[in-house]
Amino acid sequence: MSAPDNPDLTPLSGGPTDVAPLGRTGPKPAHERTAGEDGDPYDWAAIARDPAFAELKAAKRRFIIPATIFFFVYYMTLPVLVGFFPEMMKTPALGKVNWAYLYALSQFLMTWVLCALYVRAARRWDVMNATLLSRFPPR
Amino acid sequence: MLAAFTFTPALGMFLAFVALTLVITYFSARKATGSAAYFAAGRSIKGWQNGLAVAGDYMSAASFLGISGIIALKGYDGFMYSVGFLVAYLTVLFLVAEPLRNAGKYTMADLLAYRLSPRPVRALASLSTLTVSTFYMIAQMVGAGGIIKILIGVDFVPAVIGVGVLMLVYVVFGGMLATTWVQIIKAILLMAGAFALSWMVLGRHGYSLTQFFNAVSAADYAGTRAPVNLLDPGMAYGATAANPWGAWDFVSLSLGLVLGTAGLPHILVRFYTVPDAKTARVSVVWATAIIGVFYILTTFFGFGAATLLKYPLTAAGLPISVPLPPDAIPLDAKNIPDGNMVAPILAHVLGGDWFFAFISAVAFATILAVVAGLTMSASTSFAHDFYTNVIHHGKEHRPGEEVRVARITAFVVGAMSIFLAIQLRTLNVAFLVGLAFAVAASANLPVILLSIFWRRFNTTGACAGLAVGLISSIVLIVISPSVMDPAGKALITGDPLFPLRNPGIVSIPLGFIAAVLGTLFTREPEAEAKYDELAVRAETGLGAEKATAH
Repeated sequence: MSAPDNPDLTPLSGGPTDVAPLGRTGPKPAHERTAGEDGDPYDWAAIARDPAFAELKAAKRRFIIPATIFFFVYYMTLPVLVGFFPEMMKTPALGKVNWAYLYALSQFLMTWVLCALYVRAARRWDVMNATLLSRFPPR
Repeated sequence: MLAAFTFTPALGMFLAFVALTLVITYFSARKATGSAAYFAAGRSIKGWQNGLAVAGDYMSAASFLGISGIIALKGYDGFMYSVGFLVAYLTVLFLVAEPLRNAGKYTMADLLAYRLSPRPVRALASLSTLTVSTFYMIAQMVGAGGIIKILIGVDFVPAVIGVGVLMLVYVVFGGMLATTWVQIIKAILLMAGAFALSWMVLGRHGYSLTQFFNAVSAADYAGTRAPVNLLDPGMAYGATAANPWGAWDFVSLSLGLVLGTAGLPHILVRFYTVPDAKTARVSVVWATAIIGVFYILTTFFGFGAATLLKYPLTAAGLPISVPLPPDAIPLDAKNIPDGNMVAPILAHVLGGDWFFAFISAVAFATILAVVAGLTMSASTSFAHDFYTNVIHHGKEHRPGEEVRVARITAFVVGAMSIFLAIQLRTLNVAFLVGLAFAVAASANLPVILLSIFWRRFNTTGACAGLAVGLISSIVLIVISPSVMDPAGKALITGDPLFPLRNPGIVSIPLGFIAAVLGTLFTREPEAEAKYDELAVRAETGLGAEKATAH
């Protein structure tokens, strides 16, 4: 309960609780704010305006949007094919194994490959993120 | 009821597992003081541990008992569940896991309440969490009742009540830490069981994949039925003369599965148990690897069952005590095969009493772990969202009140699902879980995504999305062929008003449309003003909840 980095030095009068009121509760008048609330340690708007933040967001979107569209279309093709073209999907492809099963199996591979690609891309975002945050220390 | 009670290897293994988990619960209980410790295991779970726990939380009775049964009876269409359950993790990884960990505290509603008006949003999100969890839990309880019935010879009703009580012990005393460890142990046991079972099935086909698939493409249920090619799609859904809508059912089911996981409250809360978003990412990757291997293995013990087990052996239903009829696919009370006990019976045929005991204990562990996770998320949501934040405006009146309310809620949720499971005991558990996914995808996912990615999103939109998604998916289930049947084979006798068994294709777009329209009808400058802060938090992890020191 006694976090050393807690800027609020007001002595605790009630019992210890770690339930923080989350969400918007409306602005408090200045004289009611505790020291902790008075000094929100980060300038969120400044970070949001920073070009490096926009770049981080754009970098994420450049990967996530196409990858999401790809896996969604690749996956939804499966029910469409087996639902509407069952005869085609029943054709044997590999011994007795038909296209329906092979295409379903390829979904597993697709998932793992996309996972790996995401992790690789995310490592780059972590670096960008660390650089960005190093310029905005808590005040 | 207990007349047929005898000590069997299965019972011994089951008791050993229960004893082990109770020891874990005891040690966790000593650590579980304070909200972050109780609800989020102190946010100190490691990435690989959480990956195993996510896998353990996810591979439920539906995956092990339900999917193997539905594949054994309906072939390829059952395998569609396996595929959908896995691909869904891409939705979680790409869109939800990291922002959620960065911007939330204990529940999905924390993220929504960040910039929206907290009370209405939390009330509805909590309602939807309770609904999804209850649906999911009924499926687990139905599976548990079946397992215990063949395991110990106890009747369905006392069996379900027993499971309920045990799960309450984990959740009420051990909180998230005990639940996590139960899930980790279960994931390891389940993977071991699935590997052993698959290897034995393959052994019956000369350890040759060619021979195995040849047998599956002409599966004759050990000579008791005309051979069918189980690799062909269309035995459960697909379009037929009697049901021209069948192909749409495929699409609707798949849509619900791929989008549902990212809205499942018991999976989402797992990301709050790790120290940061990077660990959340690592845990999704671990989970995806483990879960993927498991679902590929369903090929062997699902399709394999159809080549090795006999189709309905007795018309009198399954005898309630061990020894089992050696190789029957069990019938439910109405003499319709539901397939829920295919995996344990296959184990009995392949590996004898001891292997049967092991697989049954694994199935049981599976159910306990998932049920504990579900109860945990439902009671967290009620205590944190509804009780503390809606009724008491975000303040605890007495220290420890939130945790106490959560423990009481766990009792209520447990009792409710025990009651419903006894009413709905004849349904396939994979099917039941599929419905829970549809509700989660329709109600929860639209508001989570729009809240993170759309500045203009506001309270009216969130409430409309949650309410319309929840109501439309449930109404469509009630008027679907699963609940309404002209021949009286379902709960209501009459012509179904909606042709599909899976509501997703209609209810998911409705959830999104309602959220967008609700937003466009009103303006909420406060919500838009706070978007910058939420976006920075969600993208960078600045100011996220930290791990607590022990």
